[in-house]
Amino acid sequence: MQTFYTKDHEWIKVENKTGTIGISTFAAEQLGDITYVELPSIGKTLKMKEVLCGIESVKAASDIYAPVSGKVIEVNENLENTPEVINQSAEGEGWIAKIEIASLDELKNLMNPDQYKKYLEDLNS
Amino acid sequence: MKYTPHTETEIKEMLADIGVSSVSELFKDIPESLRTRFFDIPKPFSEYEIIEHFQKIGKKNKTDLLLFTGGGYYDHYIPSAVDALSSRAEFYTAYTPYQPEAAQGTLQSLYEYQTAVCAITGMDAANASLYDGGTGVAEAVLMSFRLTNRNKVIIDGSLNPIYKKILHTYLDNLDFTIIEIPHQNYGTNREKIASLIDDDTASIVVQNPNFFGTIDDFQDIADMIHEKGGLLIQTVYPLSLGMLKTPGETGADITVGDGQSLGNPLSFGGPYFGFIAVKIKHIRQLPGRIVGETEDKNGKRAFVLTLQAREQHIKRHKATSNICSNQNLIALRGLFYLSLIGKKGFQVVASQNYQKAHFTLTELLKIKGVSLKNKNPFFNEFVLELPKNASETVEKMLSKGIAAGIPLSLYTPEDKNALLVSVTEKRTKEEIMKLAETMGEVLWN
Repeated sequence: MQTFYTKDHEWIKVENKTGTIGISTFAAEQLGDITYVELPSIGKTLKMKEVLCGIESVKAASDIYAPVSGKVIEVNENLENTPEVINQSAEGEGWIAKIEIASLDELKNLMNPDQYKKYLEDLNS
Repeated sequence: MKYTPHTETEIKEMLADIGVSSVSELFKDIPESLRTRFFDIPKPFSEYEIIEHFQKIGKKNKTDLLLFTGGGYYDHYIPSAVDALSSRAEFYTAYTPYQPEAAQGTLQSLYEYQTAVCAITGMDAANASLYDGGTGVAEAVLMSFRLTNRNKVIIDGSLNPIYKKILHTYLDNLDFTIIEIPHQNYGTNREKIASLIDDDTASIVVQNPNFFGTIDDFQDIADMIHEKGGLLIQTVYPLSLGMLKTPGETGADITVGDGQSLGNPLSFGGPYFGFIAVKIKHIRQLPGRIVGETEDKNGKRAFVLTLQAREQHIKRHKATSNICSNQNLIALRGLFYLSLIGKKGFQVVASQNYQKAHFTLTELLKIKGVSLKNKNPFFNEFVLELPKNASETVEKMLSKGIAAGIPLSLYTPEDKNALLVSVTEKRTKEEIMKLAETMGEVLWN
């Protein structure tokens, strides 16, 4: 199982052809208290960088983009009533949706954890 | 002093900046025939002259007609306190309540308005109002498209024709489909609706009482559409809810209506207000402003605009709708009206409308050749078949000071002799007898 990150601060954990998507701990901290996640509908097909769903926090309303192309096969229904799980565990229990990845090749466009760490350091400097 | 928004030099600079040679080139996308060539404005008037001028025009209006016209807008009694309260400067001049620290009064009044709308409709959540009943229907339909990710709506043919027109204006040039099911003897054609609901149907729009006065229980239609994953949109005449089953009880997902009948005068067509209320699970897609209750830092009850992330100033082009205003003052009159008449009064008014309309029908049916055309149960409005042309009969009665109803031929030209008559609590027995007597005379003398 491997995890990749996007420049927009989504992560995707890949197991075979299934990708679990969420927002990074950094993104969750930046957004502040998350108040609502507009979950995508199951079966929705997306191209890379298309809007997967929306997320609202006390500070902003933001879009979450698909890190790679694919079809939504599962959503984290816990977030409907307890969106704060994202603040508590952005890269664990706070996952948002699972997709069936259309092409594993697209993962090449993403960053590995070390690269993402470096990317965040550069952002902060 | 002349009002000069831009000097010639400024205009030239701006045009040069965007690479356009003249003002007429700037507007070249607007067809020539639609462009204004000159403004035919009369010479200036003094204050005295302008008052005289408008009073003269105003006198052309007939304001003392005995009204039996309805069709969605009714002549109800308005308690004087509604005018007194709504003309207080605190309400009259208030506008956008985006700063809760400065607008607690406005926010609280809207919160109470929303609560009143939920109370009479039996729904969970309402917004702070829309422009009118027709735009309410259109917003409800758009909402159903967003909620279901589908793009087809079925509308009952007995929906108010004005609402239908507004809905078409909203949707016709977009990628949506409206299917209208013609009414069946002035009622809803259930078989036809059942045969047309499919997995692409976002919603069904029904009206109670419908445009022809028919009252109905749409529970079965709610079940039908829910089974296919769609939504029921029900538009209602709010005052009838003092007597009829609420949309909440029926199983409607979204309820809309025109609030004119609640404390607002007919005023030759407006301003009115629209209300919209939904089941709580749909609140994130509810358009417009919503006021919510919260606590301030000292734990005191306070009010704020809530769920603002749906709105235009935050979500831009992704907003749930581009309605960023509402009908505050007019909607507040609705709240004042409901508060003043109270729960019991609300039921009494509805009951009086019902009783007086049924009495009127009995009297009108005594006229030779007049029959009841819509045989369905009704609230305060019914369709008659006259022995003669309805438009001509109405015209003749107008000259005798009575607006006897709406000729249906205005909407369906083949219904030449059909007349839609409505009766409110304001009509006295004498007035009703005068209607019957005058109609008899006009038809047969």
